[in-house]
Amino acid sequence: MNVQVTDWPDRLFATLKRAGIRQVGYVPDAGHARLIERCRADSQIRDVVLTTEEEGVALAAGAWLGGERAALLMQSSGLGNCVNMLSLARICRFPLLMLITMRGEWEEFNPWQVPMGSIVDPVLKLCEAEVYRASTPDEVEGAAERAVQDVFGDERIGAVILSQQLIGRKVWTK
Amino acid sequence: MDQMTQERLERRAAMAILLADRGDDLLVVPGLGSTTWDLAALGDDDLNFYLWGAMGGAAMIGLGLALAQPDKRVAVITGDGEMLMGMGALATIGIQRPGNLAIVVFDNGVYGETGMQPSHTQSGVDLGSVAAACGFATCLEVRDEAGLRDLAGCLNTLRETLFARVLIAAEEPPRVLPERDGIALKDRFRAAIGVKP
Repeated sequence: MNVQVTDWPDRLFATLKRAGIRQVGYVPDAGHARLIERCRADSQIRDVVLTTEEEGVALAAGAWLGGERAALLMQSSGLGNCVNMLSLARICRFPLLMLITMRGEWEEFNPWQVPMGSIVDPVLKLCEAEVYRASTPDEVEGAAERAVQDVFGDERIGAVILSQQLIGRKVWTK
Repeated sequence: MDQMTQERLERRAAMAILLADRGDDLLVVPGLGSTTWDLAALGDDDLNFYLWGAMGGAAMIGLGLALAQPDKRVAVITGDGEMLMGMGALATIGIQRPGNLAIVVFDNGVYGETGMQPSHTQSGVDLGSVAAACGFATCLEVRDEAGLRDLAGCLNTLRETLFARVLIAAEEPPRVLPERDGIALKDRFRAAIGVKP
């Protein structure tokens, strides 16, 4: 399968729809802009803009208590904001589907993104999250499908890591 | 502040009045610490989702639950310290505004679990004003038993997003410890509202 470079957010959206996701929490993020737009336009999905990513961990727990599936969109820096709240998902085995766009790993102009970006994988591992990495557009849908199966089938934490190569360079001069 | 020196409500009695007629469609999420002990002291209920951690997360758990269960009412009953840690949730809830969600803060102005250190509310930070500024439809300040009964009535007929600050005394009644197995608490809650395993 040859996915167009810019199609992967639509593929992700289709995966969320097939998975029956009803609540999507997010902090606005350029890498997720298209996916956020699709979620906001869908009448079956409640889009919940958050002030900080950890709110989304608690939101997803509440959704599952009430019988709904949620997803949490963030960029890599947001993972750091979630660490203690992930205890909630771990101790109660709440399913938690995180879609994380990477910063600080490839062609990064802003060095302030590197400290958190460089520890995403070990932090996820320490928090008992399964990691599904997609480095090319072709890999996105498969990674997300596997994450959905594991997260909701086995009530666990799964993080789809969307590499910075997928997102492209951020333009710093206007 | 001057409110601190006034006679304040007893927290256990306040919880009892609020939930005296809770019915079988009121889902209750207390914050970690004292409000969880207060709720457990009333007797156990499968529709209580006790928190032993996740500080700052109670209101957002309530939001996810309220959105998922629009035909049931959800009351988050937490402390001022727990609410302060997750104050951004008031902004998030303020723009979602589910009509079946109430956030009730038992405000004693101190962090009771850690040795009664003063919280921001003791120095004038007013969580009710924050909630109002965030767009909560109704914001109540409850200072006496009559106010508690009014709030209990509001919880039973909840139709718009509500915030209530209940001024309680800084006291430490004996701890009543509920189940602390998070998986068991989750599974029994979901079973009680009829969600498939």
